[in-house]
Amino acid sequence: MIPLSWYMALAAILFCIGVCGFLTRRNVIIMFLSIELMLNGVNLNLVALSHFLDSVRGQAFTFFIITVAAAEAAIGLGIAIALYRSRRSVHVDTINHLKG
Amino acid sequence: MFLQLFFGYCALMIITSGILAISLRNPVHCVLMVLVLFFHMAGLYLTLNAEFLAAVQIIVYAGAILVLYLFVLFLVSLREELHLTAFVPNAWLGRIIAAGLAVGLIAVIPAFTLGEKGAWTIEAIRELTHTKAMGQELYSTYLLPFEIAGLILLVALIGGLVLARRDEGTGREGADTGDPSQVQPQEARR
Repeated sequence: MIPLSWYMALAAILFCIGVCGFLTRRNVIIMFLSIELMLNGVNLNLVALSHFLDSVRGQAFTFFIITVAAAEAAIGLGIAIALYRSRRSVHVDTINHLKG
Repeated sequence: MFLQLFFGYCALMIITSGILAISLRNPVHCVLMVLVLFFHMAGLYLTLNAEFLAAVQIIVYAGAILVLYLFVLFLVSLREELHLTAFVPNAWLGRIIAAGLAVGLIAVIPAFTLGEKGAWTIEAIRELTHTKAMGQELYSTYLLPFEIAGLILLVALIGGLVLARRDEGTGREGADTGDPSQVQPQEARR
């Protein structure tokens, strides 16, 4: 039997890896990935607690967290595409201006 | 003994691939490292008797969300990545903050005490199968949160459509100023 504290320590380390990635990286998509890592750390904590407490409450919460993570990925990546497109359209404009 | 070995292997792989995922230069390699991490998370869920969540982890996280990330990474060309200014001025400051947070979180773990035990013991779940137990709880106790989760997904769907849609104004502007034959293939690519 694996003690609960091992799972909690692993979840804390995973969460902090996500925090570190979010604070240090500058690429938007990698920052979103770091948020996913943080959510996974929380998920691991919830599932471990629900197993050790003989309850499925934590697993139900994990289910909802996965839903929110999917929504967050869809919206965040949509914003990234919009950002990229606006930046590229600026580039196209400059080319036209140079051409006169 | 086997369980401990399996946990150790999964924990080692999770930490290694997590650190690689935030430190590799190529974003595609980062996403693939996160894929490895998600598979080992599913393995850990199996050790916790959460088979349904392990399947959901692989199907939704590894199958859907990471494919979305890869798709956007290839759509946004790799050479000119989207960069923001980082939240902390120095990368080492961020690492020190994260390490301090980790030390703090791990230091308080021994003070944790378990609360009251619930009704779903392993035997009860095993008798009913895990998926059925989850379904019973989701559709009875957590019915309202379940509906709200569906609403969140709907909002995300509409929001993603609105955000990724080609803007009408800029498209017409490009057609006015530039050569239409040059604008046309670009629009098709979008």
